[in-house]
Amino acid sequence: MSNNRSTIPIGPYHPLQEEPEFWKLIVEGEKVVDVDVRIGYNHRGIEKISESKSFDQSLFLVERICGICSSSHPIACAQAIEDITGTEVPERALYIRTISQELERLHSHMLWVGLAGHFLGYNTVFMWGWKYREPICDIMETVTGNRQNYAMHKVGGVRRDIEKEHIPYILTRLDEFLKHLDMLKGAVLDDPVLHARLKGVGVLTKEAALDYSALGPTARASDVNIDVRRDHPYGVYDRLKWNVITQKEGDVFAKAVVRILEMYESASIIRQCLDKMPDGPIDSKPKDISQGEGIGVIEAPRGECFHYIKCDGTNSPVRHKIRAPTYMNFPTFRETVIGETVSDATIIMAAIDPCYCCTERMTVVDHKDKELLKAQDLIRLSQEKTRKIKEELGAR
Amino acid sequence: MGLKEAVLTRSINVFHVSSGSCNNCDIEILDALTPRFDLERFGVTLVGSIKHADVMLCTGSANRQTVPIIKNLYEQMPKPGFVIVYGACGCSRGLFKDSYNTLAPLDEIIPVDAYIPGCPPKPEATIAALVKLIGKIKTKKAEKI
Amino acid sequence: MTIDGILKSINDRFGGRVLKTEKKSSRRAYLDIHPKDIVDMARYVFKDLGLRFNIASAVNDFDRIEILYHFSYDQSGVIISLRAMLSDKDNPRIDTITHVTKAAWWIEREIHELFGVVFDGNEDLRRLLLPDDWPEGVYPMKKSFVVPKRDSRKS
Repeated sequence: MSNNRSTIPIGPYHPLQEEPEFWKLIVEGEKVVDVDVRIGYNHRGIEKISESKSFDQSLFLVERICGICSSSHPIACAQAIEDITGTEVPERALYIRTISQELERLHSHMLWVGLAGHFLGYNTVFMWGWKYREPICDIMETVTGNRQNYAMHKVGGVRRDIEKEHIPYILTRLDEFLKHLDMLKGAVLDDPVLHARLKGVGVLTKEAALDYSALGPTARASDVNIDVRRDHPYGVYDRLKWNVITQKEGDVFAKAVVRILEMYESASIIRQCLDKMPDGPIDSKPKDISQGEGIGVIEAPRGECFHYIKCDGTNSPVRHKIRAPTYMNFPTFRETVIGETVSDATIIMAAIDPCYCCTERMTVVDHKDKELLKAQDLIRLSQEKTRKIKEELGAR
Repeated sequence: MGLKEAVLTRSINVFHVSSGSCNNCDIEILDALTPRFDLERFGVTLVGSIKHADVMLCTGSANRQTVPIIKNLYEQMPKPGFVIVYGACGCSRGLFKDSYNTLAPLDEIIPVDAYIPGCPPKPEATIAALVKLIGKIKTKKAEKI
Repeated sequence: MTIDGILKSINDRFGGRVLKTEKKSSRRAYLDIHPKDIVDMARYVFKDLGLRFNIASAVNDFDRIEILYHFSYDQSGVIISLRAMLSDKDNPRIDTITHVTKAAWWIEREIHELFGVVFDGNEDLRRLLLPDDWPEGVYPMKKSFVVPKRDSRKS
């Protein structure tokens, strides 16, 4: 190791992110030359627990893989089981699944916008983002009874219906959300400081995105046109009008644009669903499971969520493999963060919207490496840079 | 009420420790601090370092890798300091009690002063818990004072 | 390209090296292959046919270990799984595919620590999920591993 290299340990508990993980940034001056990450602080052995649970119980288990994706994982798991048994899901249940998926996407993307603001030292955006996602939490509470962990899904259908009386309420709150989103979009996407901070930073090229098999908004911002909702149709997405948002640049700004524009698509999907939703049963009440294996894929807010289940005909799976989107997106940080400055490292890591609880299902640093910076110093550096850019731009 | 209690209860600084949670509790904690519920108006703030904290707010089922770190953090917390566990996993390990990677509930690892059950607890529950903890400190029922 | 088209091109290219083809539905197919063919097949499927690498799943059933490599063709919504049955149950080994796709970097680390499979040619098989003090040679996802009871815990 050359003399001018130093190591910046971040974590495992640091004020930037809520979940523990340990980053080791190797820097030369301001420049990041290498990066390593140690995860495992969230590993709970869910795949092993699932082998001891019945198929009905495993849906509650996978719901608790990740709090933000507590609609995506159960749907993917239910789809994998339905793939084994060949169960048909009633039409109305498919609509309800689609609605809950899109509501989840809305609140997850809004949460990311807020957190991205936080990482940049722009706490106004953080507070806005978190305030404006509350209407979605309220809708979820009205429809499912809980703000998070909805327990909405089951194999062969859904557990609860969306009542007719709730529909006007959902539409009103959705309008409220969109009004704020318009404002936030203007404030975030037209802000010269954010342009200067985010454009050209942490570029993930299309080739790298394909090589790493990146998923979701991370891939779509690098001009990889994939979306499970369109490619592997499930729910009722093939019957609705909506667009897959892609951007060409692959930088952090493009990822933000993709997420913000996707929220509009999600809102439109929810409206179409509520409009077209037919009456009928919501549960096909499957009874038996056969021997075999099944795969369920869905588009979670962060990308494709993959469940593989192998069953020997008994009431619990032989193997339940879960792959969350961050698992594929996360290794791309090596491509994006190396060569960038320390102050940009935080937002680049945040740009993939990492979710460690999903993924799992860097603190004792070698004392020979000196000059340790804490994450707070990173935030300070990042704020200083913002101020400098503001001055250069002639702050308005 | 002595000086110590008065200072402790005026503005509670919270350090948030996620010990293998599913993120839900963590989101609800942040929710309680952001404008809708706005615990910050009562002086409750999240701090970046355990050395500034009055309260250690723990979520999650304490997996093998985090247990030594949690003990470490508790030792580093300036005393008197209080520990709140947040959510079903923290209180009892919940769904994960049969996992090979979670050893014991949090209250067998560090002394716990308050529990907030729920999966996840609502932000209102967080507010109620802090009010109760403050009451406990003020009436000197908390053993650590 | 439909599922039949993909299966046909794989079968044409590799002839008798595909041990068994099971077309489960119009969107899912499982191909049994020999472990020594995995690199060739993965390269063909990933690079030439342009499928996306979903993930690999290791399955431990009746004390044998098999690894399924799932590839997805997004233009027509097809998922192809290559199943490699590892013959040596005490010392399971298979060639790495990390030089075919970097996406396999983490999953090989994970399968190595949870199932004890050695990926020949992969230099980076460090721990990913398990804690550093986890005993060597104990693989929690194997069926033979029984979750220890509470009182045997170390505190």
